[in-house]
Order: sequence, then C-alpha cells, then structure tokens
Amino acid sequence: MTYLETIPSEWYLILSAIVFCIGLCGVLIRRNAMSVLMCIEMMLNAVMLLLVAFSGYYRDFSAQIAVFFIMIVAAAEVAVGLVIFSMMFKKTSSIDLDDWGHLKG
Amino acid sequence: MVTLFLVLSLLTVLSALCVVFTRNLIYSVLSLIVCFFAIAGHYVLLKASFLAVIQVIVYAGAIMVLFLFMLMLMNLNKKAEASKPFSLKVVAVGVCLLVLVALVSIVFLSAPRVCFAPLAPVSGSVSALGPLLFNEYAIPFELTSILFLSAVAGVVMIGSYGKKAKKQ
Repeated sequence: MTYLETIPSEWYLILSAIVFCIGLCGVLIRRNAMSVLMCIEMMLNAVMLLLVAFSGYYRDFSAQIAVFFIMIVAAAEVAVGLVIFSMMFKKTSSIDLDDWGHLKG
Repeated sequence: MVTLFLVLSLLTVLSALCVVFTRNLIYSVLSLIVCFFAIAGHYVLLKASFLAVIQVIVYAGAIMVLFLFMLMLMNLNKKAEASKPFSLKVVAVGVCLLVLVALVSIVFLSAPRVCFAPLAPVSGSVSALGPLLFNEYAIPFELTSILFLSAVAGVVMIGSYGKKAKKQ
C-alpha cells in the first residue's frame, strides 16, 4: 500500500476547502490590509495544495509545474502589494482598509 | 501514514485559525509560517519534493520575511487594530461556514473516485520536473523572468514616487 492508496482524495479536498474558508473568513473579518493580504496567500496555498494532491493522484506533473508558476507570480504580487501598502501608510499613516475608502475609484 | 496526514492537517488548520483570530500581527505572521511549513509537509507526503523545497524557500522564507520586514518598518504593533462591528463578524463567519458546507457537500455528492492508473509510483523530484520545465514549459518559464523584472521595476518606481516629487 502506497501513501496515496491509504488516503482518499476526498480528504485533501476537504482539508483545502477548510483552509480556503478560513482564509475567506480572514479576508472578511480583518481590517488590517497586511492581514488581508496574508489571508489571500492562505487561500492561494489551499488551492495549490489541491493541485499538488491531484497531480499525485493522477500521476501528472503538469499541475506541479502550474503550482511552481503560481508561487512565482505570488512572490511578485506580494512584493508589489507590500510596496503599495507602505506608500499608502506613508500618506495616510494608517493601514486600516476602512480608512482607504477613497481608493475605490 | 494516516496519522501523519492527520497531524499535519491539524497543524495546518489550527495555525490558519491562529492567523485569522490573533490580534497581534507578529503572531499572525509566525503562525502563517507554521501553516506553510505544514503544507510543505503535505507536499513531501505527496512526493512533490521539489515543490516542498520551493514552498519552504519562497513562501516560508522569502515572502514571510518580506511581511515581517514591512511589519517592523511600519511599527504597527503599537496601535491596536480596530475591529469590525460584532454583527458584521458574525455574518462573515456565517458566510464562510455556508461556503464550507457547500464545498464539502459538492465533494461528497459528486466527486467520482479517482482511479489509479497501473503505473509505477512517480515522484515530483527535480530530475523529473526539470526537463518538463525547460522543454515543454520553457516559454512560460522565460516569461516569468520578464514578470519579475517588471515587478522589480514597479516596486522601485512606486517606492521612489514621493522622493521625486520632493526634488521637483
């Protein structure tokens, strides 16, 4: 019995659904821009875990390559997002999302 | 193996809950690092060793250090974060539970059992992923370098925006 045969694929689906929903809850609850970005990263990780799990179950590497590219894009996104936050913090001296209502365009 | 999965899952979920429900931002970042390490452990169990290493280096290493740096630069810990009204929180948690129930019920109602192909077990090691990355996915791989270059240019441009205006 290999590992994947002892663990049903539904368990991974449920685990990543739980982590995704916790991240969603954080995005809705927190007011701090930094923690909202962290919760978005958590949701992204839940989906990545699902991709890797299915790549294991279907024995296909393409999903792992996709996860690799998602990680690269996430790194670039976090860098740009954090710089925008720091500039907004310099301007408004607050990182509260409710104080940034004028950003809505 | 099952106990390993359960322990890692428990660690993932608990640290994810910690990220959302702690007031202190530093603790929040640290528990997110724990969460990412647990997910890297899942990758190891799924035999995606390359991705596990990348997860530890890029996510738990680079990205979370960036978060910590920004947190300490902004010196946010002194100010307590204003919290949303209680009714709004209850509604948010309710919505999330609803989404969770929907997702899990989709899993149980419609997921077909994954059939195992009669192949030898494969591992997502560097020697397996490398040729795929540099042959089939060579163009996207090169495009990510352009993406990174533009991200760096954007970061420098946004970061030096105020200084230029002062000089003029």
